[in-house]
Amino acid sequence: MAALSLEFLQPAFMQRALLAAVLVGMSAPAIGTYLVQRRMALMGDGIGHVALFGVAIGLALGAAPVLTAVVVAALGAVAIETLRERGTASGDVALALLFYGGIAGGVVTIGLSASASNANLLAYLFGSLTTVAPEDLRLIAILAGLVLAVTLGLSRWLFAVCYDEEFAKVAGLPVRALNLVIAVSAAVTVTVAMRVVGVLLVSALMVVPVATAQQLSRGFRATLALALTLGVLYAVAGVIFSYYADTAPGASIVVLGIAGFAVVSALAGIGRTVRNQRRRPDLVEVYEDDVILES
Amino acid sequence: MTHEPPAIDARDLTVSLSARPTLRGISIQVAQGEVVALLGANGSGKSTLVRTLVGLVPAQAGRIGLYGIPLERFKDWYRIGYVPQRVTAVSAVPATVREVVSSGRLATSRLGRPLSRADQVAVGDAIETVGLAARAGENVAALSGGQQQRVLIARALAGQPDLLVLDEPLAGVDLTTQQLLAGTLARLVAGGTTILLVAHELGPLDGLIARAVVLRDGAVAHDGAPPVAAGHHGQPGHDHVHPHDPVSTIEQEARWLR
Repeated sequence: MAALSLEFLQPAFMQRALLAAVLVGMSAPAIGTYLVQRRMALMGDGIGHVALFGVAIGLALGAAPVLTAVVVAALGAVAIETLRERGTASGDVALALLFYGGIAGGVVTIGLSASASNANLLAYLFGSLTTVAPEDLRLIAILAGLVLAVTLGLSRWLFAVCYDEEFAKVAGLPVRALNLVIAVSAAVTVTVAMRVVGVLLVSALMVVPVATAQQLSRGFRATLALALTLGVLYAVAGVIFSYYADTAPGASIVVLGIAGFAVVSALAGIGRTVRNQRRRPDLVEVYEDDVILES
Repeated sequence: MTHEPPAIDARDLTVSLSARPTLRGISIQVAQGEVVALLGANGSGKSTLVRTLVGLVPAQAGRIGLYGIPLERFKDWYRIGYVPQRVTAVSAVPATVREVVSSGRLATSRLGRPLSRADQVAVGDAIETVGLAARAGENVAALSGGQQQRVLIARALAGQPDLLVLDEPLAGVDLTTQQLLAGTLARLVAGGTTILLVAHELGPLDGLIARAVVLRDGAVAHDGAPPVAAGHHGQPGHDHVHPHDPVSTIEQEARWLR
């Protein structure tokens, strides 16, 4: 029984895929919590689009795609952050151009390069179990370590900037630098997650565990910790599922995550209703400012 | 007579947020230990003025000094406690009262260092001051609007600032919170804190304010004793502003400064 249930650990590619899944499962929600806090849940998606172009450059040049992707994604993230900071309407369109230019340019470049195939492209879009090469794993581990060091080590500063940028400015914090740290960390995370989850679904692993965790927690650090735990859980379970079901791991991870979100939301909703019915007087207190409306 | 520099010394500020200037040559000085209310109707420029003074809005002309240092070179931000005008303190990801208030200590924290014992004490004191000690571990979203406003004030207090700048702290706040806030500010003033606050009407803060600067159309219309509201419905900044000529007020002030 035990031998049967651990059979997925036998192939070397699965060991690498699972290790990568653990790293991705931690780093994606770690940066995702800040993106959700800043109401930029879709930023990871945009960076993912741009990262594909980086992958394509790597394939075309015969360089390590993870390396070229991290450079291109970081440049894209800095561009996105600069446009966000300006906050103009034309910036919105510029973002769209950047995203679609990234993914279209990536697909065309991969198509033109000699080593390309459709399977190759699909692996980068939706993740693949067999593509995590040993040298990839080393790079992924280093990058994930960096992302975790930054997102956990600077959590008070990043929280302050994401919660209230103006207050952070008046407190004398290096707001621009911290915003760029968030953008570049997001870009690095995209490349970390790219192999297992794929560039199109990276953003989901940044957002879904956070969205689930915040239904259950009252504080920021608690949400962060729970999101990391859920991220690892989803990523590992998704990889194992895709091994047996022969599905794309990225899609499997995200489907599991969204199912988890639905279950937790339903339970949290029931919990809230029960609590509110039991503690009726609390309602009055919570809405004390609305008393005027009733008079 | 000591020569300590004023907490705020702004001269001839011009700020244009759109085509029409929002602030037209405003000068304002706030001495250390002074409590000043910035009054005026909606759109008179009072919020823009405080946002300019703390460096959030760039001025097209004029200069600002904080504690004798030009704004561009000012580094001692820990001395300033800023309470921005917010409708809510709720964040996209849940955050506890303590977590929000803790960010008020970052101005004095070295990057990457954990909260020190002194930080924790200051955060606890600030939460206590605004009467939310029992709810420190709760999600800010679970609090009422007035309580959320108190969280933002506690965040500014946590840094133990010398100058507290509050942008409409009474807006949309229940009477209990208004009174609690008046008590808190009175204690801070007694301790020597300088306060500049933007208000629509003074309400329970009336007894605390010795000096009011009334703005009208982006210029100073009155600077002196708080305008007395006639009748209970009287609103400073509307009908009861002293009818000074703004230009002559500024000139008078300039003469006084020399």
